[in-house]
Amino acid sequence: MILGVFFTPVCQDSLAAGAAALTTSLCRQLACRSITRLLALFVLSASFAIQGVAAQPTSDDCLACHSDKSLTTKRGARTVSLFVDQKKFAASVHGALQCTNCHADLEGKDLPHSTPLAKVNCGSCHGDEAGQYTKSLHGKASARGDALAPRCVTCHGNHDILPVKDQRSAVAPMKVPFLCGQCHREGTPVQTSRNIPQHDILENYSESIHGEGLLKKGLIVAANCASCHTAHFILPHNDPNSSINRRNIAATCTKCHANIELVHRKTIRGELWEKEANTLPACVDCHQPHKVRNVFYSQGMADADCMRCHGDERLKSADGRSMLVRVTEVAGSRHAKVACSQCHSQVNASKVRPCETITHPVDCTACHAEVGQQYQLSTHGQMHAKGDVNAPFCKDCHGTHHVLGKHNPESLTFPTNVPDLCAKCHREGNKAAVLYTGTEHQIISRYQESIHGKGLLKSGLTVTATCTSCHTAHRELPASDPQSTVNPKNLPATCGSCHHGIEEQFVQSVHSSAVTKTDKPLPVCNDCHTAHSIRRTDQDGFKLDIMGTCGRCHEEIAKTYFDTYHGKVSKLGYTKTAKCYDCHGAHDIQKVTDPRSHLSRANVVATCQKCHSDATRRFAGYLTHATHHDPKKFPFLYWTFWGMTALLIGTFTVSGVHTLLWLPRAFQMRRELRAAEAAETAEAEDEKKSGEAASDSKDGDDAGQ
Amino acid sequence: MPDSKPQSAATLNYAADTATARDAQRARASARAILPVDRREFVRFPHLYRVLHACMIVSFLTLALTGLSLKFSYTSWAAKLSRLLGGFETAGYVHRFAAVVMFFTFTVHVIGLFKQKRRDKTTWKAILFGPNTLLPNKRDLHEFVATIKWFVGMGPRPQYGRWTYWEKFDYFAVFWGIVVIGSTGLTLWFPVFFTRFLPGPFINVATIIHSDEALLATGFIFTVHFFNTHLRPEKFPMDTTIFTGHMPLAELKRDKPREYAELVASGELEQHLEEPQPEIVVKTIRVFAWIALGTGFSVVIWILYAMLFAYR
Repeated sequence: MILGVFFTPVCQDSLAAGAAALTTSLCRQLACRSITRLLALFVLSASFAIQGVAAQPTSDDCLACHSDKSLTTKRGARTVSLFVDQKKFAASVHGALQCTNCHADLEGKDLPHSTPLAKVNCGSCHGDEAGQYTKSLHGKASARGDALAPRCVTCHGNHDILPVKDQRSAVAPMKVPFLCGQCHREGTPVQTSRNIPQHDILENYSESIHGEGLLKKGLIVAANCASCHTAHFILPHNDPNSSINRRNIAATCTKCHANIELVHRKTIRGELWEKEANTLPACVDCHQPHKVRNVFYSQGMADADCMRCHGDERLKSADGRSMLVRVTEVAGSRHAKVACSQCHSQVNASKVRPCETITHPVDCTACHAEVGQQYQLSTHGQMHAKGDVNAPFCKDCHGTHHVLGKHNPESLTFPTNVPDLCAKCHREGNKAAVLYTGTEHQIISRYQESIHGKGLLKSGLTVTATCTSCHTAHRELPASDPQSTVNPKNLPATCGSCHHGIEEQFVQSVHSSAVTKTDKPLPVCNDCHTAHSIRRTDQDGFKLDIMGTCGRCHEEIAKTYFDTYHGKVSKLGYTKTAKCYDCHGAHDIQKVTDPRSHLSRANVVATCQKCHSDATRRFAGYLTHATHHDPKKFPFLYWTFWGMTALLIGTFTVSGVHTLLWLPRAFQMRRELRAAEAAETAEAEDEKKSGEAASDSKDGDDAGQ
Repeated sequence: MPDSKPQSAATLNYAADTATARDAQRARASARAILPVDRREFVRFPHLYRVLHACMIVSFLTLALTGLSLKFSYTSWAAKLSRLLGGFETAGYVHRFAAVVMFFTFTVHVIGLFKQKRRDKTTWKAILFGPNTLLPNKRDLHEFVATIKWFVGMGPRPQYGRWTYWEKFDYFAVFWGIVVIGSTGLTLWFPVFFTRFLPGPFINVATIIHSDEALLATGFIFTVHFFNTHLRPEKFPMDTTIFTGHMPLAELKRDKPREYAELVASGELEQHLEEPQPEIVVKTIRVFAWIALGTGFSVVIWILYAMLFAYR
């Protein structure tokens, strides 16, 4: 009876509270379990109820429920276990504590508690750590309510926290990289959706000297994530308080690498090490974070050591090349602050001639790793890997000691200089052009005459597309390669990087592979505009050729265009007449059945009105692609044509026959005429002669008289 | 003309057809200064008709050149010609201007008919059904049959009157051509206006009719008409009557014996005789006529080339 009375209010309360998921679950369990267990629980519940009023709960009280492995609750959509492993808890650093020491809000509550407990505040004991955490990147993210932000429990666990010294602890040195790596490895939501400038962090770390020491050699003193980033006070590298900020990194590294400045004496002249850290390279400039290598530089070298010999004009290599290095050249370059030995990395300072240990040319990828990767994928890089002497290497385009940034007009890679740079090999007849087997020829001269070339070279517009704009600077690949930026598949995006508005139109047009699914090749930018001799579209040449260009694929429709007025006058070189794109659109071509088409029923009149300002719907009925050769499609034109042709043939036949029959008679008349003429002439001659004779005699008579 | 010696005069004038004959006649006249020779010629066409025909030639050739360059735009000739005419746009204006000239010519001719009627104080019935009518009649049918017989050697040359049946055909061909080509041409000139009451594809139909009818007209004029009036061996290389308006009497007698006979019978011949055109006028006319002929033949060659070798 008492039990029944107790049970009822609990259930009612829970229903009234609504959110009291724990009790709801209890109720549900009660409903489905066997009577015996039900009774046992009732007894327990009753005893809690009585005790709850009297004193604060002990750990045993909590475990009365929480030792049940099947105890769960719903949090949002998730089902969360509420089981507490008593054994593990007892073995943890907190084993001696009572539940209420951490779950402070249990105090004075009736058991079983109807509402979920508040989050445990570790800071009540671990004040310092909690303070650091609040200021840290993770803490701020958590305060913002970022679901991905880690809290104490994320790293340390909850009831089973072990001492840090214990190798089984989640935050033991050996485990730290994997703990951090749970979030900071490729593909995790953190790495993909948050702005983290480093990539492959865990992988790179595990291959670095630190990672190798820790993970392979089990040196737990080797630096792990927390050694540099700190455990609780993690800040972004650009925060001046961060342990990995340029200003602080030296201090961070020297925590382990004490006196490292002695090793770097020659490179950075010891005394500057911490005095003027901002003018010096920071550790990470040479020893890239996470990628710290075993042997990066065997030993430091000062530039002055190099210049002792290389400052001399007379210094020649074995093959007679000058080995002079002008200090001014380097000083004016992008690498002004880079030491010789940073590039010529195989030097050995302990040798009298430190450079004698150099076996390989300068490897720019030591710093420019990403660019190096791209280069290796490119045709240039692939040729170079095969040992082709024609393959251009970094210095062929960028120069050596006088490397200038691409924004410097003096630079070989400044936009206006790029065509000439590429022309060194790619001009017709030069070494790359003779190897080339494709269809693009005279690329340099054609480019120079193109709208891009004129824009860049004549108008000096440095934003105009130059070779590298389309082909990329370091990852050029032949158009046939699906990875190439000039592959038909990628070309719209490549051109679209400048002509974005056009690309937006194009990708929705019938010519886009995203819209039209066909086995036939679809045109991309260069099919109409060509690759290197791109012309202005508002000038006659382009306007007159476009019909032929479209006609390469749309053969029939182009032919019928030339059968009608627009086509005929365009053939005569008249550019103001309607061309393909005037009606169909240029980049936004849609099927005429598509309502978006310029020729759809709703738009066609407006399209005609572009030229025929007073055009009407009926006027738009003019057949712009009509032919009189197709009796099925255009019977009235076909029959008109043949009617007219019959009239022509009939008239010419009748009059032709008439004329031919006439001809012999006409000749006959001519002959008779000539004969009559001859007779007349002869008669006239006779008359003349007789006349002369008469006058002669008259003259004689006169003389006689 | 008081014809004292009809027989010999006929022979004399029969020979006086060509320029050489005329020269000989003049030489003879100077030789026999004492014998005055009647050099007067028969006036076949009044001034207005000479001018109208010249207008016709100029406008027709212009229309043919500008129009055919569009019709045969696929030949390299067309593009060159179009450029020569100042580009397609100018060619278009020239074509329309020439069309206006031709309409004007046509109108003036029709007005001329009315004026003539008033001047001659005659009736339409007399003009349309009289002996000198341009309307085809029964006699034309008989003459046509007789002509065919003459062609095949089954009869003498018919006694043609003022207008032969082929001349009448030429005349009405122009009437028909102006109506057909003119109306379709106007449709193409003002397509927006015409499509207010005609369906859009009618413009396509008008294009075919306009261009094929024009092909018929040019083809006919530059071959059949040229042959019938100029290239006939007995008139070769050209008959200048339409330009000078004059026809040597002998030629009238030979070519239109019935007309001659009727004029003689009615005694009206004398009214129709005039002194020949001055030398300079005849020369100028010849130059003009030669240019027209040459242009016409070039067009024919171009049409043949375009139709036979470049057709598409």
